[in-house]
Amino acid sequence: MTPWIVTYLWLIPTAPLAASLIILRIGNSRRTGAATLAILGQISALALAVAAFLPTLQTPGYRAFHNLSWFTFGEQTVRIGWLLDPLTAAMLLMITLVSLCIFVFSIGYMANDRNFTRFFAYLSFFTAAMLGVVIANSLLLLFVCWELVGLASYLLIGFWIHKPSAAAAAKKAFITTRIGDIGFLLGIVWLYSGSGTLLFYDNGRGCLENAGLLAIGASSTLIALLVFCGAVGKSGQFPLHVWLPDAMEGPTPVSALIHAATMVAAGVFLIARVYPLFSLGAIGGVTPSLTVVVWIGVITALMASLIAVAQFDLKRVLAYSTVSQLGLMMVSLGVGGVAAGIMHLLAHGFFKALLFLGAGSVIHETHDEQDIRKMGGLRGSMRLTFLTYAVGMMALSGVPLFFSGAWTKEEILHTTARWPQSQAPHSLMMLGVVLTALYMTRQMLYVFFGNPRAASGNAHESPSIMKLPLIVLAACTIAFSVVLTPAWPWLHGYLSGNAAHLNFALLIQPMLFVSLALVVAGVALGVLIYRKVGDTDPLQRHQPGLFRFLEDKMWLDELYARTVIASSRTAARFSDWMDRYLWDGFVRAFGGLGQLLGILTKGFDERGINAGVDEGVVGARGLGRFMSAAHSGRIQTYLGAVAVGMLTLLLVYAWLA
Amino acid sequence: MTPTLTTFLVVSAALFCVGLLAALSRRNAIFILIGIEMMLAAANLNFVAFWRFGHESQPPTGVMIAIFAIAIAAAEAAVGLALVIAVYRHYNTTNVTRLDRLKG
Repeated sequence: MTPWIVTYLWLIPTAPLAASLIILRIGNSRRTGAATLAILGQISALALAVAAFLPTLQTPGYRAFHNLSWFTFGEQTVRIGWLLDPLTAAMLLMITLVSLCIFVFSIGYMANDRNFTRFFAYLSFFTAAMLGVVIANSLLLLFVCWELVGLASYLLIGFWIHKPSAAAAAKKAFITTRIGDIGFLLGIVWLYSGSGTLLFYDNGRGCLENAGLLAIGASSTLIALLVFCGAVGKSGQFPLHVWLPDAMEGPTPVSALIHAATMVAAGVFLIARVYPLFSLGAIGGVTPSLTVVVWIGVITALMASLIAVAQFDLKRVLAYSTVSQLGLMMVSLGVGGVAAGIMHLLAHGFFKALLFLGAGSVIHETHDEQDIRKMGGLRGSMRLTFLTYAVGMMALSGVPLFFSGAWTKEEILHTTARWPQSQAPHSLMMLGVVLTALYMTRQMLYVFFGNPRAASGNAHESPSIMKLPLIVLAACTIAFSVVLTPAWPWLHGYLSGNAAHLNFALLIQPMLFVSLALVVAGVALGVLIYRKVGDTDPLQRHQPGLFRFLEDKMWLDELYARTVIASSRTAARFSDWMDRYLWDGFVRAFGGLGQLLGILTKGFDERGINAGVDEGVVGARGLGRFMSAAHSGRIQTYLGAVAVGMLTLLLVYAWLA
Repeated sequence: MTPTLTTFLVVSAALFCVGLLAALSRRNAIFILIGIEMMLAAANLNFVAFWRFGHESQPPTGVMIAIFAIAIAAAEAAVGLALVIAVYRHYNTTNVTRLDRLKG
């Protein structure tokens, strides 16, 4: 007996989608109406998400789906459907809750924007697309929503389209993710040709169930890697991470949405969703595709946390921290800790939204200043923002016991340590934890401590409509850790289908002290280096070369510009040249040949045929004129002619005879 | 001197030529009709002359033809004159140089 919500799961993305479409229709002037509609859409989606969450609590490893055929061509029937399992339900709750907070925050943040209503339409569309990704039971439906997420991110990153940098960032995000999506699409096609279905679960016939996996067999490694390409693009993994920091050009609530709930979560979610493809034929939990995932994650996490240390843009630091956390999640998925990775994704959704909204609050009050060197001393004037930001910062850094990020990060470190292949990811992840604590401490010190600098002059607390989401998200960040602790790993059990047992003895583990030591080391290092920050960075003074390397994002953008973009430009220029000179040359040669033939024909026509006809006509006319002169109409002339003729005949006769 | 056939033929030819000349050169339709009558007369004269100087026992074919020709010529003259009158009524002239509607 499947509950009604499984059949009507499609209502969840439809609610914000409908809100979005209505907002687009009602016009630009009805701001209150637009915001109300968007919030209503979110609330109904949240209510439905709760309704979807409840049945999944009944049995461990609950899974229900509802399939229907979309269209038929030839003998192939394309089927789509929705799926409800703990992964979907947890994601739905997180997305709708975080989005709701961001929507409320946006009312305050975007209050003075001209395109206020359009902004809410796009935001609603964005969450609708992401909710579609989450509920899909078909790789095809997932891909469609996935691309809609890409479209919405393009629209929102380039929301301030009058800024050239925003337009460029939107384009960059769209094209970069599209590169990954090509791989994803190829993977889908391959999967379809291998297993004959794109449904995940279909009573034993889906592509993630035994029969489907058996049909794919050995090609699953390549299919998985192709699908991973899509996740690399969407989740900002190395080497396609370059769009994510640039996406900071969008309004801050958009950054929060992209980084916390909607866009980047899609990649990690995708890997978790099609995990059976990755783990098929695993020996001791290791497959070639999962190893690739691990190493990409390690590279991404470490690179991003290094770059984050040397950024001065408030939002860029957060962007790189997202990249590194996503890398961490990928590592976790790769080493077999699906539940740990998703737990971190959920926890990260809350605290990263909190951090971004906090940053948005700071930016809002310092009049669109994003350079942390110009802030400082905001601790006093923006007390609530400071406190909630500190919660987010501690969760991100992994301060143990009270903050959700710490538990999930620890879980990931645990799983990584058990990876049989190599211990390197584990050590590198620990380094990443130290770096995360370091750059977050640096940011806190720059923004909230020390003496007020240029931009923080008349900053004061944000309006209460912006404070409320901060409080809610901070509360969630702390409260969420209740279900994450090793003493009662309810969420872990919920996601992986095992029942959780309460055992306080497990609360204190050696790993806890290790991570505490790491975080303390990072924070202490940060305080030591940045306790007296000025306009120049202490690291910049001591290691100018290294700092510049990191500040310029390891010159990856430049590398891409020199290699990929330059070669594609060259190819474009070559194609242009081919088109202009070679193919056009052929066309022109044919045209010229035709023209030449025309000229020849014309000459022949005029000088040959026409001239002959003309001559004939002239002759005929002369003859006619001559003849008509003889026909004078005078009877006597005719008679004379007859007479002459007769005479002539007579003479001829006489001469002949 | 007795007139021979040649004398008659010469007279006839002369008459024909005079008639032809009249028909060709005169401008008045009446005179042209007269010229035509003269040429007919020349032909009749020929018929009669050839009959007179032919075999003795012959039936008077030449004379008969001449009489027929004269009768027909009378009818023809009547038609011709009627035409001339009609033309005159229509064009107010009998000058043939101005009657050139046959001009092609």
